Amino acid sequence: MNATSPILLQALQFVLVLAVAPVITGISRKARSRLLGRVGPSIFQPYRDIAKLLRKDVVMAENASWLYRVAPYLVFALMWLATALVPAFVVRHPLSPAADLIALVGLLASSRFLLALAGMDVGTSFGGIGSSREMMISSLAEPAMLMVIFTMAMFVHTTSIPSIVDFVLGRPVGLRVSFALAVISLIMVGIAETGRIPIDNPATHLELTMVHEAMVLEYSGRHLALIEAAAMLKLLFYLSLIAVVFAPWGIAPAAATGPQLAWGAAAWLGKIVAGTLALAVFEVSIAKMRVFRVAEFLGGALLLGLLGTIFLYVSQSP
Amino acid sequence: MLTAILVAVAALFCLGVLAPAVRAGASGDIAHDLVYLGSALACLVAGSAAAWFLVGGQAASLNATLPMGLPWLPAQLRIDSLSAWFLIVVNVIGFAASVYGKGYGRHVDEPGRVLPFFPAFLAGMNLVPLADDAFTFLLSWEFMSVSSWLLVLANHRQPGNARAGMIYLVMAVFGGACLLLAFGVLAGAEGTYYFADMRAHPPTGWPAAIALLLIVLGTGSKAGGVPLHAWLPIAHPAAPSHVSALMSGVMTKVALYGLIRVMFDLMGDPGWGWGAVLLAVGAVSALYGILSALLQDDVKTMLACSTIENIGIIMIGLGLAQVFRVSGLGALAALAATAALLHVFNHALMKTLMFFVAGALQTATGTRALERMGGLIQRLPITAALALAGAAAISALPPFNGFVSEWMTFQAVLGSPQLAQWPLRFGVPVTGAVLALAAALAAACFVRAYGIAFLGRPRSPEAASAHEVDGWMRAAMAGLAALCLAVGVLPMIAILPLSQVVADLVGSPLPALADGPTLSAWVWLAPLEQGYSSYSGLVVFLTAVIVTVSVVAGVHRLANDRVRRGPPWDCGFPDPTAAAQYTASSFAQPLRRVFGTLIFRAVERVDMPEPGETRPARLEVRLTDPAWVALYAPLIAAVGWITERANPLQYLTIRRYLSLVFMALILLLSAVALSR
Amino acid sequence: MLYGLDFDIAHTLGTSVLLLSFALLYQRRLTGVLEAFALQAVFVAAAAAWQAWSQDAPHLYITAGIALGFKAIAIPLALGHIVRKLGIHRTVETVVGVNLTLLAGVALVALSILLVFPVTFASGNVARENLTLALSVVLLGLLMMITRRNAVTQVIGFMSLENGLVLAAVGVKGMPLVVEGSVAFSVLVAFIIFGMFFFRIRERFDTLDLQYLETFRGDRQVDRP
Repeated sequence: MNATSPILLQALQFVLVLAVAPVITGISRKARSRLLGRVGPSIFQPYRDIAKLLRKDVVMAENASWLYRVAPYLVFALMWLATALVPAFVVRHPLSPAADLIALVGLLASSRFLLALAGMDVGTSFGGIGSSREMMISSLAEPAMLMVIFTMAMFVHTTSIPSIVDFVLGRPVGLRVSFALAVISLIMVGIAETGRIPIDNPATHLELTMVHEAMVLEYSGRHLALIEAAAMLKLLFYLSLIAVVFAPWGIAPAAATGPQLAWGAAAWLGKIVAGTLALAVFEVSIAKMRVFRVAEFLGGALLLGLLGTIFLYVSQSP
Repeated sequence: MLTAILVAVAALFCLGVLAPAVRAGASGDIAHDLVYLGSALACLVAGSAAAWFLVGGQAASLNATLPMGLPWLPAQLRIDSLSAWFLIVVNVIGFAASVYGKGYGRHVDEPGRVLPFFPAFLAGMNLVPLADDAFTFLLSWEFMSVSSWLLVLANHRQPGNARAGMIYLVMAVFGGACLLLAFGVLAGAEGTYYFADMRAHPPTGWPAAIALLLIVLGTGSKAGGVPLHAWLPIAHPAAPSHVSALMSGVMTKVALYGLIRVMFDLMGDPGWGWGAVLLAVGAVSALYGILSALLQDDVKTMLACSTIENIGIIMIGLGLAQVFRVSGLGALAALAATAALLHVFNHALMKTLMFFVAGALQTATGTRALERMGGLIQRLPITAALALAGAAAISALPPFNGFVSEWMTFQAVLGSPQLAQWPLRFGVPVTGAVLALAAALAAACFVRAYGIAFLGRPRSPEAASAHEVDGWMRAAMAGLAALCLAVGVLPMIAILPLSQVVADLVGSPLPALADGPTLSAWVWLAPLEQGYSSYSGLVVFLTAVIVTVSVVAGVHRLANDRVRRGPPWDCGFPDPTAAAQYTASSFAQPLRRVFGTLIFRAVERVDMPEPGETRPARLEVRLTDPAWVALYAPLIAAVGWITERANPLQYLTIRRYLSLVFMALILLLSAVALSR
Repeated sequence: MLYGLDFDIAHTLGTSVLLLSFALLYQRRLTGVLEAFALQAVFVAAAAAWQAWSQDAPHLYITAGIALGFKAIAIPLALGHIVRKLGIHRTVETVVGVNLTLLAGVALVALSILLVFPVTFASGNVARENLTLALSVVLLGLLMMITRRNAVTQVIGFMSLENGLVLAAVGVKGMPLVVEGSVAFSVLVAFIIFGMFFFRIRERFDTLDLQYLETFRGDRQVDRP
């Protein structure tokens, strides 16, 4: 079979991540419910939720500004772009050279910047709580993620994901401690950024315990649909990133044939679902932390990342 | 070309002299227009000439000798690639500040105290990069300091500004003295003050170390590196906003020019230790600056603290360039130097834009306190949109320009495993971690500043009745915002002229541009090697736009378009006052708890009234600057002690004074006799 | 870069011990500290057992057994029991914040690397790494001792320091008296713990007579932490 057009594959990637993200959130909720002894909603419920929200009217506060109206679209678009730039079933896309790992962190930061501002727009205390805590969490999570990227990049001398994947695939399997430290740090960062227990409770109704939910408390209708979709994409982003950087086996090479692509997609889905189930198990076995303990948690993630970088010298030097 | 720049500088001097005359003779308005439009024109001419020189690439440098200065030392002026870059920075921002000043200058309390010194300040800043001998350099440096000091004292009747002026003067004198001594050491035994001679005979050993230390102290104090930073958040906000922008955005960079000129050009090869010093100072400044910025209530003080952070980032880039240069890693040195010099330009753009926004806020609401603003996105829509661009740029978000220079700095940090020295192999990743932390905190700081100032509900009557500012101010801000976006989307606009500068500075060009610019270089920024790390602002921007447009179109197809307005969600407890929303100190509270208690010994105290009392609750936050406590306070106490002891010298008899003169004479004659 | 599975397993076990030292510094509850310490002892036992197998030195199995039985099981259980009985305050009081302690820990690891690596060019990578990891664990144990106010956590710090020494000892090929050394250390630690608690009991109740302590059961209101 001939290799399929790369632009088609890139478009397919965009569609695939958007299609898969809600079901991943659905699986996570279902698994959590089952582990807690409940039946839980169907794994396809998030699709229905988004469809319902799209049909509803938007109710905005009287003093909401244009930023409030524009933010959901930008937040979603940037998050979708970032998730589509993480290779899922094929190593290299035409857009891959445009944004390396640091640029992906930058795109996430832009998305979060706009969401935090939107939280402050209406001028109630709840939005302020959410934005202020979110900025505290991100001010520690983002450097931790950058340290993880440094660890990988110093090893491979590049920050472009396809090159990292090629490098990891081309070497024999081994237990590399600095990578282990890096993946632990990235998992901690992912849990913090996606607002999972123990950092934030995505299912809480108490405003004082909210971080992400408090920022979007005012949103309704299609705006809320976009923001919820962006949050689902964020979870998929972190799962996908961990899978492709630390466990890329099964991914299709650049000039891939049909069966290789199908195998790549299946491998990716398998890894994502496995990650979701592991996340659900972790979430039910730990309690939510106090807000200021989160700073210590993320400080630990940052220092683990730094330790991983330092250990790289230990295992590499003459 | 050099003549064009010199003519422009002379024109600026003339404007400075003419302004009071025109004010006295004709009307204030004519003087105002003359000064600002004249300065704008002069900056345009000088900037274009410098850019033409840099991009035209005919000569490596141009010289000129002026029949001024000391009798045996006529003033030597020279423009080379490094000077040209800094001249471009000075004049682009000078042009923007002049345009802004045309509108803002009307709101200044005492224009007579600003108009003569504004063009003089621009002239001084233009002369420093042109100086080719120590005397001209020091003269222009002091001229720059004195004119900015006079501008700091422009609103001298406001409380605190007189003190700010005094602190600024003390630090400027200290910096000038260090530079004077440094050039004395560099001049060497022969006493040659021309830079060309200094370049030919660089000192080695102890004199080199002393000279570099003095240069770092002198230029670092002007640039605002920790621990010589304490004057910056006090002095910069005291000046009128367009002058603050020039001081923060340009004068600090001119100070760094001095550092680069000596360390990279005149000294030859100082060794990796000084690169490590720059890395350390840069890292500490970056973190300290942004943490201070998070805790400020005054908009301009916050921006001044953010300047300290960005100066730290530039110093990190320069330190990396030095370290890589010494280790023979030319490509990485070029990358680090490009990152540093690009950030010089980017930060000048971003910081100036933000100071202009602060000036607009002050003009519109009459206050600089964040706690008294709010909801201004409705009242000042254009300023708010431009401020959003500035805040996004300075938080290093793609697709703006701040991200490009930070990206390049991170790429340079990643080259550290190739270094030979062990302390550097650890130090550079730690510096990278601090840099990442500072960048994330910068985003938090500007979310806070923008959110509290522009979003939410008005917290005071002044904010509720604010009006949009005039066209000149908006035009200046719009131009800078457009430049921020342009450099972010097409970084080659700035990196291409920079390639010559970097090649001259570290000896090797950036690998991507080694064979001249190619079309792919315009789209993809792949500094080291194609196929490795690359970033394309253009592609990211275009793709983001396409994705956003398709999302909007898709949502409007699938969803209904109705919007209803209603009251905000209040959980059943409607809050009628705007005081219930988050304030600047409450937004910063989590970060204050995490970082502030350790570094600033932040103490929060809440004084709640008993039930039945009618007084309001009080939140008291106490912060101490550790550099002030450790360094400045003891120094000030020591100086006070010395002056007290020396005070009796003012009341001596004539005989005593004569004996002092006699003793000084004998001392100098003995020194001459003994040295023979 | 890979020196075979041998290196990797020793490497992983050693790094897990180091990571658990960090986890010890991170904990804020006394039960968390005891659990982390027990886990660290399990990994030290595993490292000793692995070295016993790969170095072909059966006496190291005894070291592994001592580490497992004594430090992973007996001491944490005993300490936990005593903590509950005496109603000792269960939050860990730190001298400086947790983040700063962790940062100091990373600096100490960097110091160990800077100490060991530039001077040990002759030895193989396994030995160098092992030495670095062990030195880091020792330094982190000391750090824990000086940044904690609670006596129980200080003893745990001392024992984690001893874990580091055991790690160093089993890593070196043909180190004599490892077993004897382990036993001696364990006895020392046991005496320290007992001494500490006897001191505390005497302070509280003015007597060490356990008969007297029994009379308090039932009528006495135990302090809730």
